[in-house]
Amino acid sequence: MTAPRTDPPAAAPDDAAPGTGPDAAGAAPDAVRLTGLGKSYGSFTAVHPLDLAVPAGSFFALLGASGCGKTTTLRMIAGLEEPSTGTVALGGRDVTALPPYKRPVNTVFQHYALFPHLDVHENVAFGLRRRGVKGVKEQVAEMLELVQLGGLARRKPHQLSGGQQQRVAVARALINKPEVLLLDEPLGALDLKLRRQMQLELKRIQTEVGITFIHVTHDQEEAMTMADTVAVMNAGRVEQLGAPADLYENPGSTFVANFLGTSNLIEAEVTGTSGTDLTLVSAGQRLTLPAARCRTAVGPGGRVLAGVRPEKITLVHGDDAAAIPEGRNRVPGRITGSGFTGVATGYVVDSPVCPELEVVVPNVERDSRLVPGAPVVLHWNPAHTFGLDAAQDIDAGLDAGLDAGLEAEPAA
Amino acid sequence: MTRTTRTAATRTPPVRTSPVRWLRRNAVVVAGTLALCYLMLPNVVVLVFSFNQPKGRFNYTWNHFSTDAWQHPCGVADMCGSLGLSLRIAVYSTIGATLLGTLTAFALARYRFRGRGATNMLIFLPMAMPEVVMGASLGTLFLNMRIRFGFWTILIAHVMFCLSFVVVAVKARLASMDPRLEEAAQDLYATPLQTFWRITLPLAAPGIAAGALLSFALSFDDYIITSFNAGSAVTFPMFVWGSAQRGTPVQVNVIGTAMFVLAVLLVVAGQFAGGRRRSARRTV
Repeated sequence: MTAPRTDPPAAAPDDAAPGTGPDAAGAAPDAVRLTGLGKSYGSFTAVHPLDLAVPAGSFFALLGASGCGKTTTLRMIAGLEEPSTGTVALGGRDVTALPPYKRPVNTVFQHYALFPHLDVHENVAFGLRRRGVKGVKEQVAEMLELVQLGGLARRKPHQLSGGQQQRVAVARALINKPEVLLLDEPLGALDLKLRRQMQLELKRIQTEVGITFIHVTHDQEEAMTMADTVAVMNAGRVEQLGAPADLYENPGSTFVANFLGTSNLIEAEVTGTSGTDLTLVSAGQRLTLPAARCRTAVGPGGRVLAGVRPEKITLVHGDDAAAIPEGRNRVPGRITGSGFTGVATGYVVDSPVCPELEVVVPNVERDSRLVPGAPVVLHWNPAHTFGLDAAQDIDAGLDAGLDAGLEAEPAA
Repeated sequence: MTRTTRTAATRTPPVRTSPVRWLRRNAVVVAGTLALCYLMLPNVVVLVFSFNQPKGRFNYTWNHFSTDAWQHPCGVADMCGSLGLSLRIAVYSTIGATLLGTLTAFALARYRFRGRGATNMLIFLPMAMPEVVMGASLGTLFLNMRIRFGFWTILIAHVMFCLSFVVVAVKARLASMDPRLEEAAQDLYATPLQTFWRITLPLAAPGIAAGALLSFALSFDDYIITSFNAGSAVTFPMFVWGSAQRGTPVQVNVIGTAMFVLAVLLVVAGQFAGGRRRSARRTV
């Protein structure tokens, strides 16, 4: 319902900077609208001027590796950081000059920042009391019920588990019914299982209260699970913006392709067009790429990166190559490694087009001949191929994804 | 605590214990008790001799039991006057040093400014410098500035040497405080002033209290610096020192014991309140 401005695959290649073109007349103002918002510290630019619009009621994720500027962006929305350029508007009102305590937003901080000298009840009531609201008791009790902490109102924060502290932090922010709730890596300190559980919990709460959530995370799975719209940030810029499925299927850059899941990127040369498809050749192999899914305007002789996700590929033993239907993209190779993960088996295939093609095969009927060293043929539906500008770093986002993965481990 | 250890002890089967094994198991308790005795013995002596009726002028040998000194604590000329002066100076210098020291600690912990490094270092100087040197140089300074020695010069001197202790105590507390707590308060609609009163001050309070208590104790019993800057004023430590030459009156023991008991009561009350708060938390 809230997939704003997700560019169709055929959009112009400059959509890495998401546009905030004028909305349809009469539309409600966006919950958050950032215009040319940027931050630099001396000569270091933490956030390049960016434009971003978050529709009211949506669950929006800012995704990126550490140091990409996502937290700085969030802090500028909260008013905790002063922008170097640009403006922040909440619900159509410019709040750039307002201090944090005058903005209708609340934040769930990375390590919760619960007040250690106040009990759970007083922590949650803090915002209401500061605004002079009378009769906070009922509201607090109600909010604690929502986050399932009913019996713990008189505990001090240090007597709670990580997950409970996290829910107090959410309750403390939500009770003020902010226009926007900002979440700064709220699940980063939890272990994997609890994190999964809290993801669903947060999503449930968001659906229940209908407040706009802006969620900062380095965990791509978390972003895709929870958010309606994800903005992938890299080095202080928004690389791509869209619905999770759209970002995954149609990455606009090698960074997004590698950071969000895994992609096989094949360097290829355009040889011509046939109908709505581009025909490519890579190491003598003919490949087909739908022109609409190519992010770069290239003519015959130009170079592109043809990408395909590992789970889209079918793997057959070399002996069965004749059975592959016509019209599929096919690449020969040799298995160099495999890993059994239960649901599926991951293979690494050395092929002329790319030395390390990754393939994920669901464990339905396992072919015992598919062992390291076996000759194989990979084939996939050409419609699942996407094309990227070959001028970029083919490995962009690989290290970032790795860093983020390591960082996601619960801090010792 | 004691109850749990007792039940644990009864549950374990009785073991034949040699003295060596007993000592090994209770070494910490034994060492602790010995250290405590070492610390407490002088206080006990002072307490016991506060009930003495000395034969001559010197209260060094036991004569016979009497509560005279306790009934007339101010029976000695000038003693209670000096005690009052000492208490007044201790209270004022505690207030002054705590206020100034807390502000200094906030400035040093929170802001980057020119001269911050130097201030950080110089603040330790009064703690490190021999008191005689500090007292003498302050005395010279006051003399050269033609300031009359007395109450005010003592107060200024005391605020000066108490200040560094407050700064150190409060700074340590502030350093361990999460700056995000103040951001969270602001995010929850607290103005800067409310943030300070509701979050910053309560969290810094233990450090401030520690600094204040230290100041009071240091100021109350200071002799060396005071004697250089007192002029004709006589504080309690100066009185005790002076009278020790001629024979200490028993009332000095009374005041000493009273101060000691008061301090112990305060600490016990503090522990009791803390323990009650903890156990209340546990039962919730």
